[in-house]
Amino acid sequence: MVSLLEMPQTLSQQLPRQNDRLVDEIECAEIMIDVRDLDFAYGGNTVLHNVSLDIPPRAVTAFIGPSGCGKTTLLRCINRMNDLIEGARITKGAIHLGGTDINAPEVDVVDLRRRVGMVFQKSNPFPKSIYENISYGLRIAGINRRSQIDEAVEKSLRAAALWDEVKERLEANAFGLSGGQQQRLCIARALAVEPDVILMDEPCSALDPIATARIEELIQELKTQYTIVIVTHNMQQAGRVSDHTGVFYLGKLIEFGPTTKIFTNPSEKRTEDYITGRFG
Amino acid sequence: MIAAPSNRRRTRLLEGSLFWAFRIGTYFVLFCATYIFLDIGIKGGRTVFMRTAPFVNLKFLIEPPQTLYVFNYQGKKMELSDRQFRDWKTTHKEDVDVTSISYSAGGIWPCIVGTALLVIGSMTVALFIGISCAIYLSEYSRDGRFIRLIRVAILNLAGVPSIVFGLFGFGLFVVFFGWNVSLLSGWFTLGLMVLPAIITASEESLCAVPQGLREGSLALGATKWQTIRKNVLPYALPGILTSSILGIARVAGETAPIMFTAAYAMRDEMPWQVSHWTNFFFQGVMALPYHIYVVSSKIPQNEYTERVQYGTAFVFLVVVMLIALTSILLREKQRRRLSW
Repeated sequence: MVSLLEMPQTLSQQLPRQNDRLVDEIECAEIMIDVRDLDFAYGGNTVLHNVSLDIPPRAVTAFIGPSGCGKTTLLRCINRMNDLIEGARITKGAIHLGGTDINAPEVDVVDLRRRVGMVFQKSNPFPKSIYENISYGLRIAGINRRSQIDEAVEKSLRAAALWDEVKERLEANAFGLSGGQQQRLCIARALAVEPDVILMDEPCSALDPIATARIEELIQELKTQYTIVIVTHNMQQAGRVSDHTGVFYLGKLIEFGPTTKIFTNPSEKRTEDYITGRFG
Repeated sequence: MIAAPSNRRRTRLLEGSLFWAFRIGTYFVLFCATYIFLDIGIKGGRTVFMRTAPFVNLKFLIEPPQTLYVFNYQGKKMELSDRQFRDWKTTHKEDVDVTSISYSAGGIWPCIVGTALLVIGSMTVALFIGISCAIYLSEYSRDGRFIRLIRVAILNLAGVPSIVFGLFGFGLFVVFFGWNVSLLSGWFTLGLMVLPAIITASEESLCAVPQGLREGSLALGATKWQTIRKNVLPYALPGILTSSILGIARVAGETAPIMFTAAYAMRDEMPWQVSHWTNFFFQGVMALPYHIYVVSSKIPQNEYTERVQYGTAFVFLVVVMLIALTSILLREKQRRRLSW
């Protein structure tokens, strides 16, 4: 006889792929972030319309599109950074991270942001030493053991390919670093709290080509461990670093799929127009 | 078409006279400032400085005020302080025709101490309330009708005349709370008076901290308070403190708020001479601005009172200038250190 607890599972096995929700749950392992029918508005001004996409784990997903198309807004929805903006809210749909609705009332936004790190367009190191920049996230998480922090600082600086450049001057102010180093410091800072996802909002827009190349290299290394979502204006960059690409236009996701397909054989006319530079 | 020559001449005349109007206005300010500083500097300097070593009239700085006795004795003009006069009386039994002038002998030490105590206490009160209020307004509150109302209230508070603060403090702290004329009443009255300046300065300093630092901190999983405490306030605090030093000059200088709440015209004990430590907070003190007021308007004027008036004004001016100077130096140092 089947016990009550096992019943639902048995049922779902009997009814495969008939219900979207069941399909979602079964494919959970393959989807890190699930954006479903999302509408987002600043006050009365809707800037995202019915966006749905699945972001796979341990891969790089790029959002591209012309300015003001809503890609940064969507990115900032994923760690609820938009909570800081008055009147900004999701009006329809939901975002699930590993199966949990991130906007559910029982979700603690502080925990969410610890799981979903972010690197900003303008590098924003804290006006503290390099060491304190990295240890900041650990200390606010309540980790105070010096040895543990030392270890994490080295590990994350190595992961961000910055260790060799700064190991001699960890106590120096982070403002003394170059622009590219500052941005890698911000990446290291995000890595130190061991998130699952790293959101990058045009991380190279203020950097020269050499610093950009280093960050792109870094992204390639990081994707073996982290789920990375990157917003970029630079189409070549999306082509180089990403595995999946979403093309946005006027607040709508017009195409989403493997990067190779988007760049070589887009199914949408507008995607092709944008990629070939006919607009945007 | 190019303007006719007559027209051009008129334009030039207008430009020239405007230039002179502005220039004269500026020179007038300069003249007034120079006159005030020279007047106080020269006449006050005569009281505070001496021709012989140690060149500074220490007696004036470290003694309490005393009554001055002036009389003619055997064709000699005597100027004795209260204590000296009593000593003199023990050896000289003759009757002399004495003029006594209050507060014109001795010094102003208790006033300096009282002003220092008032400044320290009231700035503590004002900074504590002011920074809390500024954090609430700039970090927590969301813009709305209520918040706009609060801002209007703060602006209006800045426009309230100081005598009204004095009467308010008298009504609330002295009478209603029963604190009497005391340091505590003065601290809160003066603190409330500089509150708008502190709130405005604090809000500006908080706003000057780049938004990126807040976002960067929040994105690492910091709570709002952690972000404010570790990544906003430390960078805003130097600015808040240096701007507040100008508030110190105001607190030190106001007479009206303390005349009903904290200041005594004359007190023999120093503030630390209290029977129990709690009484410290419930004692009135002497203060520099109130002393100037008393010696300039409450006693008959003559050449002797003028010495005290100018001497006190001079010391007072030096104290306030030192505070302002510290503020400017600190701010410049700060600007160089923290630039985004």
